[in-house]
Amino acid sequence: MIDYNKILNNTIQDVKWSGIRKFFDIANTMEGVISLGVGEPDFPTPWKIRHCAIKSLEKGKTRYSSNWGLSTLREEISNYLTRKYNITYSPEDEILVTVGGSEAIDACLRVITDPGDEIIIPQPSYVCYEPITQVCGGVPVIINTKAENDFKVTAKELIEKITPKTKALILPYPCNPTGAIMEKSDLEALGEVLKDTNILVISDEIYSELTFGEKKHVSPASIDTLKDRTVVINGFSKSFSMTGWRLGFVCGPEPIISQITKLHQFAIMCAPTTSQYAAIEALKSCDEEVQDMLEEYDTRRKIIVKGFNDLGLSCREPKGAFYAFPCIKSTGMTSEEFCEKLLYAKKVAVVPGTAFGDSGEGFIRASYCYSTEHIKEALSRIKEFLDEIK
Amino acid sequence: MNKKILKLLNKDARMTVADIATVVGLSEEDTAKEIKEMEKSGLIRGYKAVIDWESVDSASVSAIIELQVTPKAGYGFEEIAEKIAKYPQVESVYLMSGVYDLNVVVKGNSFQEVAQFVAKEISTIDSVTSTATHFVLRRYKEFNVELGGNDTDERGNFSL
Repeated sequence: MIDYNKILNNTIQDVKWSGIRKFFDIANTMEGVISLGVGEPDFPTPWKIRHCAIKSLEKGKTRYSSNWGLSTLREEISNYLTRKYNITYSPEDEILVTVGGSEAIDACLRVITDPGDEIIIPQPSYVCYEPITQVCGGVPVIINTKAENDFKVTAKELIEKITPKTKALILPYPCNPTGAIMEKSDLEALGEVLKDTNILVISDEIYSELTFGEKKHVSPASIDTLKDRTVVINGFSKSFSMTGWRLGFVCGPEPIISQITKLHQFAIMCAPTTSQYAAIEALKSCDEEVQDMLEEYDTRRKIIVKGFNDLGLSCREPKGAFYAFPCIKSTGMTSEEFCEKLLYAKKVAVVPGTAFGDSGEGFIRASYCYSTEHIKEALSRIKEFLDEIK
Repeated sequence: MNKKILKLLNKDARMTVADIATVVGLSEEDTAKEIKEMEKSGLIRGYKAVIDWESVDSASVSAIIELQVTPKAGYGFEEIAEKIAKYPQVESVYLMSGVYDLNVVVKGNSFQEVAQFVAKEISTIDSVTSTATHFVLRRYKEFNVELGGNDTDERGNFSL
């Protein structure tokens, strides 16, 4: 008999499955569950984009593209980043098209991490940074961001975590699950800390199109002190409702992008060609569609935030992404307990804050990628739940 | 006038005043007042459900009628358009650019009924010089709502 444990790499065996998975696995076995769990837009991909992909298929454009991605797409990405975020990258050698933002995060961590290197990761945040760092032999160093700081990373918190082994700081903003954003002054403060170091900033900006109110997304790459030390990761999944197309991109200084491309060439070859044709259309002509989706998210955001606050679960206003992150400490339960009991008692699926790091304790993540009707039904079930546990 | 409120109601006329207030950032009282005022001034003309009538009653028929009209001196197309709009069978009347003048949507219980209406009521109006009647065979989308589509959420629990 073969012993698979002896075959498998020790590190990957030590990596834990995502806490979200565990919850969904329970929810999936139940009938009539109403979920606020999914981190995926409910809108279909705008028709224009789909149509463009269909046309490319009709024309038989189904070959590998350049390892870097289609040159037209890279040019459009370059224009888009300048137009939207005032950052400039050369389509020639500073932009790589990837299989979703996910591949970009993975590849970026792989090309910078040597065993024992420290990667600073603010939490609560998206679940992939820590396990990928581990798999690369790196050491995740966690900053527990605080509700009273609106879940931003502060200069003080950053200074405390920097050691001679620090390789990079991940900036996951706009933030899943907290909805936090980093404003210009917040980034400038971090820039002052990092400016004379050899520390890279990996800026995961996948939710950059989804900021609400007056405050638009600011990329760290637009800050003078951070420009040369920032790798920008973004993609089409959230902004253009293109999750299943698996398309993202990574931009940054040529020496880094070049190594990422080397890895990408061996590991992936190139991002899906059909998706790349679709993405050209997304960047060229879908501002209006993006705006419509943004307005709809904003409506839902306001309703869900007020809903939680009315229920006595204090909820800060999320400034970006599409999640509410209410505090459930008033119930006396842990996040896991709350979510599990709510799921069994009222069949509402939300995700415990602890799935995004220990500092998520006392919070739950509720996605508002759902119709207002759906959100209100979930809220009314949560109300029943809270009334019953009083 | 509050355009934001109009947009919200246009998307979902059943949205509660409380929710509208939350979204536009006004008090419930002020929101209700704004809506009342827009109803009174005629900016909001009514609230209706979007119904897939073909699934309810397959016998009912609609037709789009293209009319060429001689405009009356001093009145233009107003008088004739308003006259046609009075008929309860008429769902909508638009003045058009291009080769014909008025686009009239008519609803009836049968092809016969609609044809009769056009022949007897519309084409006999003095200033109407010609009519072309096009029956609707099938509706795919109405008021931005796709009628054939089903709205099931196909997202699995795969995202993290």
